[in-house]
Amino acid sequence: MAKGSIVAACLAPHPPHLVYAENPSQNEPNSEGGWEQLRWGYERLRESIKNIDYDVIVIMSPHWQTYIGTHFLGVEKFQSKSVDPIFPNLFRYNYDINVDVELARSIHDQAKSDGLAVKMMENPDFRVDYGTIVSCHMIRPEWDKPIVALSSNRGMHYYSVEVMQEMMIELGKSTAKAIEESGKKCLLVASNSLSHRHFVSETNPPEDMSKEHITSHAMHLWDMRMIELMRQGKSQQIIDEMPEFCEQAIAETDGGALTWLLSTLGVPEHPAKLHGYGTIIGTGNAIMEWPVREWGADA
Amino acid sequence: MTGGIVKSLIVPAHPHPVLCPEKNEGWQNIRNAYDEARRQIEESDADLIIIYSTLWPSIIGHQLQADPNPKWVLVDADFHDLGSIHYSLNIDADFAKSWNQANLSRGLQSRTVAYDGFPIDVGSVVALQLLNPDNRIPAVICSTNVYSNRAETTVLAKSCLDVIKSTGRKAVAVSVMSLSNRMFTEPIKPEEDRIHSLKDDEWNRKILEFLEMGRLEDVGQLSRTIHDQIRVKKVVAFKPMWWLSAMNNNRNDLTGNVLAYEAIHGAGAAVVVLDPESNGTGDKEYDEDDVEFYSGDREVLDSEKEELQETNSGPDLYDPVESENSVNTDKAPKPVGAYPHARREGDLIYLSGVGPRQPGDNSIPGGPIKDSNGNPLNYDIKAQTHAVINNISRILEEAGSSIENVIDVTSFLVDMDRDFAGYNEVWADTLGKVGPTRTTLAISALPTPIAVEMKVIAKV
Repeated sequence: MAKGSIVAACLAPHPPHLVYAENPSQNEPNSEGGWEQLRWGYERLRESIKNIDYDVIVIMSPHWQTYIGTHFLGVEKFQSKSVDPIFPNLFRYNYDINVDVELARSIHDQAKSDGLAVKMMENPDFRVDYGTIVSCHMIRPEWDKPIVALSSNRGMHYYSVEVMQEMMIELGKSTAKAIEESGKKCLLVASNSLSHRHFVSETNPPEDMSKEHITSHAMHLWDMRMIELMRQGKSQQIIDEMPEFCEQAIAETDGGALTWLLSTLGVPEHPAKLHGYGTIIGTGNAIMEWPVREWGADA
Repeated sequence: MTGGIVKSLIVPAHPHPVLCPEKNEGWQNIRNAYDEARRQIEESDADLIIIYSTLWPSIIGHQLQADPNPKWVLVDADFHDLGSIHYSLNIDADFAKSWNQANLSRGLQSRTVAYDGFPIDVGSVVALQLLNPDNRIPAVICSTNVYSNRAETTVLAKSCLDVIKSTGRKAVAVSVMSLSNRMFTEPIKPEEDRIHSLKDDEWNRKILEFLEMGRLEDVGQLSRTIHDQIRVKKVVAFKPMWWLSAMNNNRNDLTGNVLAYEAIHGAGAAVVVLDPESNGTGDKEYDEDDVEFYSGDREVLDSEKEELQETNSGPDLYDPVESENSVNTDKAPKPVGAYPHARREGDLIYLSGVGPRQPGDNSIPGGPIKDSNGNPLNYDIKAQTHAVINNISRILEEAGSSIENVIDVTSFLVDMDRDFAGYNEVWADTLGKVGPTRTTLAISALPTPIAVEMKVIAKV
């Protein structure tokens, strides 16, 4: 069996506003559009990866928050409705998701043998979090690829960003090993925003773009700094600066997904592509791609 | 019509007491305490359960559940292996809507939610399953805003009390929360469960000692310290004591009873019942800002705020005239002329015309009827009417009276065709239950860009 591999990796933010603005048939509310800069960014990402052959999307979302280790979806099919508890006016999405339980269990088992706290989620009544759904929808609206979904272990809340990163770096190594042994080609996804200070009021209509902007200049500077580091392939520096970024930009990277992604990629020194940046209710969001297939044999 | 809080509860949020109490003696103790709290509620004359859940975070102000019958199957994000909880809840949607209007009247960001499939949080589901299993008593569920401070949380409670008083409800206030919230970060066997650390246990016992003595406000004032000492910085800070204390008028002399204190996966779980009867001890040292209206720093859509201020421009405001028998309060909007808010004459109180403007920022709940150029704007007559009645209530309370003593009202509407139905609906839910005589007139304009004003006579 050929070795498994990661064919591409993405930073794919999940604000439900993006799905709301697209008016897909699965989502109940209707909009007049909005957040086009980001949605066009997702278009560019989809275009960039459309000819890549891959078997499964492996995604970590900060909106499945677990405090007792990292959990993995462990049921082959989920069919239900996801309603965002914070923006229910925007996101009421009927989903039909296939899970690659075999790969999920392989990553779970590898992480467990590497000493991490992990758990399979095998309750068929479980509702899949909206972060996973939004990112997957925006990357692959056809929903024709199975997913492996990892929860966000809130190590930062219990310990510190440093400890969270240690755990995510180990989990990334376990993920990479399991993917390699699986023989499968994987698209890796970290589902999170960058700076994460929200507005606390909503415009009417929510898609009124005349009111959309970053919450503060400091947040903008941090977002641009992190994007530039990604564009320059300075993954280790991103990890090194993560504590300050999380604290000062209230960054959603505190959930560990970006660190996990970088670790799974082997902390790459190759540049990432920026497909789009925009703000959503004041938070900073970048759509990035690490085009692993273009890196050659040294990758 | 006398509304109020008949009981206050602090209860834990984790699903163990519902799904598997038999697996651990402590979890069974929590379940038994929940059952005892349920019996006490049943024996009271409570007709409403109000849940403030720390497991339902919100960003756009506070959210209030207004689906009359939310139904779904809940699975906990961490403890999914314990099983599923099927729920079907009885929500008082009318109360939720009135609370929302009261929030807006007091300057808060707030909205109701009523959507099929809305994920009711595990804390609310657990509490209502155990406290109200047959749905006999309607409930209301409120989110916890992740950004709110004490002032905002206090005003949230005062808005709720406004509605409880105006509707005569007898309410049970429930904070769904852990004490110390540090769980074990690895799986444990049920028999291994204990409070995560000695420090957490000591703090929990100190909190419960205060609550057993009825010193709720003291715990409220210690909330920030407690948060720093024994709370993992999850999504929501240790705010529920602020809300619960404000729901009890920030008292320290309640009658407290700790029914159980145990560990659930390392976190501090307690069932506490606080009765409003004074325990006879001294009251409080309340040194926090007792905020009536929220005008804090939440508004970050600057341009929108500027527009709002512009549209609220109007005549000069006056300090209310002080004279013999006059009744004035800074909890009501400033007059637009040289007159008092009210006068007391014999056994009667005569109020000057009362509109919906808010004290402090002079904002108009539901929005002004026109902008500074005279262009008509869309506005919410129900929100304006609620705000008028709340202003009347505050002036009467300043006079030592209450909304229940209103005997005659003359109402003025600037657009009878558009607004009578909405105004009449709010009236029916509030003053209509008191029963004063009423006359409603259509007029061409009021001095400020408002749609409704009332002239009131009340008994002392």
